[in-house]
Parts: sequence; structure tokens; C-alpha cells
Amino acid sequence: MAIATHRGRLVVIGLAGALCALAAQAEEVGGFVLESSKAAKLDNCVEPTEYMRRNHMELIRHQRDTTVYGGIRSTKHSMAGCVTCHVGYDDDQQPVPVNADHQFCEACHDYAAVTLNCFDCHATVPKGEGWNHEVAALHAHEVNGGSARVAGVLPPDGSLIPTEGGESK
Amino acid sequence: MSQQRETVDHDRRDFLGTAAGLSAASVAPGLMLHRLAEAAPRTEPVSDAKRWGMLVDTNKCAEGCTACVEACDRENGLNLQSKPLGDDLSKWQDQRAVWIRKVKLQDNVSGHVTNLPLMCQHCEHPPCVDVCPTGASFKRADGIVMVDRHICIGCRYCMMACPYKARSFIHEQVDHKLTRAPRGKGCVESCNLCAHRLDAGDFTTACAEACAAEGHNAIVFGDLKDENSPLNVALQAQANRQIREDLGLNTGVRYAGV
Repeated sequence: MAIATHRGRLVVIGLAGALCALAAQAEEVGGFVLESSKAAKLDNCVEPTEYMRRNHMELIRHQRDTTVYGGIRSTKHSMAGCVTCHVGYDDDQQPVPVNADHQFCEACHDYAAVTLNCFDCHATVPKGEGWNHEVAALHAHEVNGGSARVAGVLPPDGSLIPTEGGESK
Repeated sequence: MSQQRETVDHDRRDFLGTAAGLSAASVAPGLMLHRLAEAAPRTEPVSDAKRWGMLVDTNKCAEGCTACVEACDRENGLNLQSKPLGDDLSKWQDQRAVWIRKVKLQDNVSGHVTNLPLMCQHCEHPPCVDVCPTGASFKRADGIVMVDRHICIGCRYCMMACPYKARSFIHEQVDHKLTRAPRGKGCVESCNLCAHRLDAGDFTTACAEACAAEGHNAIVFGDLKDENSPLNVALQAQANRQIREDLGLNTGVRYAGV
């Protein structure tokens, strides 16, 4: 009987410990907004936080088609907006990619074990949101592969069909 | 009543005259306000009320000038591509994505040389859209032919189908990207007439702007459906044609002097 009681106590202590551990973990979840990001200074996201946690991917996917097919780029659910607001800054005030370790997107996706592939193609730091040349000119030094290709062609019949490098018409 | 009409109220006429003058003066600010209102980012989906197009006057296109190509590269982040390590430079120059190419034509009989920039011609009946197995290659309502890279599988049928060799394939992941110009490995892309500018309400393209800045003014950009647009005025003023018009694609980009 005494042994059974002792075992029962151990089980209770064990369960309590497990619950505490879970609670501690649960506290960590949702703490991914970075202090250095603009988002930290706002009360909540473009929609209530709980809604965003569960549905942000639906909003982004919907906006994606609106943007690609409808040309609407400026609404509050644009992914460029996510990046602008949630990107963290290092000590030198340089933006850190949102998909880098421990950054806003990656930290939570890593926790939830969900692959994040938006940023295979999309910019991970706000860069050239507008169209102005000044932003792009900042990166002009990164030009690679020499100057633009200039193709010359001499069509044998003098026709005006554009070809390049002697390839078929 | 009739007697009252016969007497002229000069004060009233002066007042009306001043009012007319004032309203005439306010037409210009009114137009400006209208343009500013148009310049706001769009909130309604694009419609077929507009069809974007271009006229390239090849007589004004200077040999050796690559201002349009470089402006396009900067605008659309094409200058952020880097050569894969160990790749041959000439191979890389053939492989890297370009949206505009400068093409030089020479008539073998007369020796006459023509220079022109060649980009996506934004066909009304685009062959790239016909052949796309996933529907990624599409024509936007305002006539811009583009790729929905979210559903592009990189089969490159469209590159084969395009008579203008306008499309490029992205072979490697690109390290640096601009927010306005996403770019992903395994997708095809081409000129989109600077759609991000048009959507922001700025009705210019980087190439036309750069060409004007160089003083050549060889590229006129505008709305093909607006009879009074600078584009249509220019199209009516000079003989122009489509490249490969025998294909019946009704291109949005026209050329004069070829």
C-alpha cells in the first residue's frame, strides 16, 4: 500500500513536471516578434494576432493572385508588407533576412516544422519596394556578367527577322 | 421683363468674366489633380479598358547605346544575378536572364543597318500562353503577357514557342532580390512592361524613360486603346509594323523604320 502510494505520488509529480514543461514551451510560442522590428511597436498585426497565427498563409495566398492577375499591390495583406514590418535589424541597423535563423518567419516555421519557401523567390529584406531608380542604383555595383548582350545578325536574304548568334530564324 | 433685359448690368458682366477666367485657370490644376488621383496605387483589378503597348522608332535607336537594357536590368533586379562559380563567362552571358536585347539588322543589298531593342512583344494572341501546360503563362487583362511563377514548372515550352526569343530561364537561386521583382530558380520570366510601375499609377517604363534621358526618344510607351495617347498619336504619324506580322499575333510592341 505504502509502495503504491509512493508510486502514485511519483506519477503525479511526473505529470505535473510534464505539464510545467508544456506550459513553459507554450509561453515561448508567439514570442517571435523581434524587438528591433517595426511590428514590436504596434499593438497588433493587420488582423488580430490569433487570426494571423492561424491564417496568415491564406491571406498571403489570396493576395498573391490578386497581385499577379489583378495588379493590386498595395493592400494590407501584401507579403512585402509582412517583410517590411517584421524584419529585424542588427546592431548596425542593417536588416536581417526574415528567413534567417531566429528571425520572425524562420523561428516559428522551424518550431512548427513547416517548410517556408516564399523566400526562394521573394526578397527577405525590404529592398526596392517602390520602382525608383535610386534604390536599384544602390545595387548597381553588384552587376555581374559584364555589360548587356549586344547581338549582331546579318540575315542572308536581308529580311528583318530578328535572330541571334546564327541560330535558326 | 423685356425692359429689364435691355439694360446691361456691367457689374454682372465683369463678375461673370472674372468667374469664367478663374474657372479657365483652374482647369490646369484640375487636370493635375486628376492625374494625381490616377497616380495612386490601384485598388481595382486591371481591366481591358487599357492595352499597354510601345512604338520603337528604329531610326532614333543609336548603335552601341544600351541605356534601355541597363535601365531594365536595374529596374527589375536583373543586375543582381551572379555568375555561378566556375561557369564560363560566355556561357553565363548566354544563360543569364535578359528582358531586352539590342538587335542589329543589316540589309545585305543596301548595307543599311538598323538597331532595335527587342523584348516581349505582348501579343494579343501569345504563343507562349497557348503552349503553357499549367496556365502559368498568361495575358493580363490590360494586355501584359506575363508568368505566374507560383505555378510555373519551368518546362520552357514558352521559350521555344516565342518567336522573339523574349523569355529567360532562371537556372540558379538568386541571392539578392528586389521586393518589386521576385525571382526564383526554375521559373521562366520576361518583360512585363514594368507592371509594378503601372500598378503604382506611374505610366512609364524604365526603358522608355532611359531612352528619353539619353535624348534618343526612340521608345514611346502608352495605351493602345486611348486614341489620344502619345502612343497612338505616334503610331498614326509614322509608318510602323509588327515584327513577324505574318504570324498574326497582333503585337503590342510596334516598330517604325524597319
